[in-house]
Amino acid sequence: MNTHVATQPLPPAAPQGWLEGFRCVFQRDLRIALRRRTDSLAAVVFFVMVVSLFPLGVGPEPALLRTMAPGVVWVAALLACTLPLARLFADDLQDGTLEQLLLSSHPLPLLVLGKIAAHWCGSVLLLVLVSPLLALQFDLSASSTGVLLLTLLVGSPVLSLVGAIGAALTLGLRGGGVLMSLLTLPLVIPVLIFGAGAVEAHTAGLGVAGHFSLLGALLLLSLFAAPLVTSAALRISME
Amino acid sequence: MNWINFGDFLEMGGYGLYVWGSLGMCAATVVAELMVIRFRRRLLAQEAGDERATEEHTA
Amino acid sequence: MKSINWFHYAAPQRFYPLAGRLVPWFGTLAVVLTAIGLYIGLWVAPTDAQQGEAYRIIFVHVPTAWMSMVVYLAMAAWAAIGLVFNSRLSSMMATALAPTGALMTFLALWTGALWGKPTWGTWWVWDARLTSELVLLFLYIGFMALHSAIDDTRRADRAAGLLAIVGVVNLPIIYFSVQWWNTLHQGASVTFTEAPSMATPMLMGMLVMALACWMYCIAVALARVRLIMLERERHTVWARQALGTA
Repeated sequence: MNTHVATQPLPPAAPQGWLEGFRCVFQRDLRIALRRRTDSLAAVVFFVMVVSLFPLGVGPEPALLRTMAPGVVWVAALLACTLPLARLFADDLQDGTLEQLLLSSHPLPLLVLGKIAAHWCGSVLLLVLVSPLLALQFDLSASSTGVLLLTLLVGSPVLSLVGAIGAALTLGLRGGGVLMSLLTLPLVIPVLIFGAGAVEAHTAGLGVAGHFSLLGALLLLSLFAAPLVTSAALRISME
Repeated sequence: MNWINFGDFLEMGGYGLYVWGSLGMCAATVVAELMVIRFRRRLLAQEAGDERATEEHTA
Repeated sequence: MKSINWFHYAAPQRFYPLAGRLVPWFGTLAVVLTAIGLYIGLWVAPTDAQQGEAYRIIFVHVPTAWMSMVVYLAMAAWAAIGLVFNSRLSSMMATALAPTGALMTFLALWTGALWGKPTWGTWWVWDARLTSELVLLFLYIGFMALHSAIDDTRRADRAAGLLAIVGVVNLPIIYFSVQWWNTLHQGASVTFTEAPSMATPMLMGMLVMALACWMYCIAVALARVRLIMLERERHTVWARQALGTA
């Protein structure tokens, strides 16, 4: 039973504080995401499967797997986070909600941020919380797993934010998900490098402060810039 | 002058494959790029000619 | 001496003949400079003590690598102008530059691989510069793929333009992170892109070849933008005249 509830309240016509629009879109999207649990779970299952495929490909030797673990988990997270994002705006485009959002008097970047935040809470967060279990498969130490979890917590929002740009640019196109990933993946390579690098550094006994401060910087940068760029991209795609 | 004869030049001290492989690929791609442009131009002229012909026909 | 009205040439109809006059100049310069550069590189420059004759590949590797980045910057700049000033020609220029830039990137990777094999033993070396070139190739491909996926020309220009701008902002971040990643995983690998200590003829040869590459890129971009102008404006009178069917 798949009801896209179009009767959910949209942001009120007159601005009632700049947070109002964000809150409204966030709650609406989160409610929809929770009702469509299949979509959110599909991303998690995909994540688990991709991670599990790697040992089948490279062999079960524990030392090798332990070395590979951060990279494998992070790449799988990259894929699992960016692929479903292609549909971030698709449903709203189809039922006309997107047009309303563009016409709303609320600043579009805030509304976009609301959608991304709802998507992250609905789909990505679960994926991140499952990652320690996968780290078990690779015999990663407890402290390294903790670092992995933290890097994913800080880095996965960046993936969602940058992915939204790709989703907005490829709105309604035939190529869809694959094209969107093609555009997004090169842009999130720094997140992958610092995220996986932090875990490896920790395993090697080195400090991770540098990695985390860079991840934090990327998060702040994308929190500020990505909604703006996504809004511009939406306006371009909707002309 | 580094080369005793032309054969020496081609040999490139044993690295001939790599040096000429690089230069050759550069030359090949440059030629290909120019040919593609010329081909597209010719195609465009042909299409325009066809359109013109059908226009005159139906006029 | 009347001042040049730059906006005069913003119309495709007027830029077309100008570009047509410029292409032969840049093309000739490219050919001449290539000849000089290759002469210096293959004849005059001495053999390198460590790398033997294989080092001569830098005479094409370094210029193409430089151009791959210069062309991306130019592409992003034209795209930005097209977005801000809403001028069609600027966006056409960005679209015209993309394939040439991608070609330069491919050549940088190809020649890099052919340089790496005799020097370091493997076809691919995960050093910072080569890896960044690979990412740059992905960015070019993304630009071209997005542009061709959108049917509406105006939307295609603007969407791809926005992507190019995002890419150009991201590029330093990517390069920095790849460098970081490379130094972390140093191991036994030496910096691959350390050119041999540059004797003057080597440096001269490289600079001349770089200039030749630049002239070539400009010439091809201008030729391609003429083509794009004709393709997009094919139903106008001036285009038909240019194609010889009016």
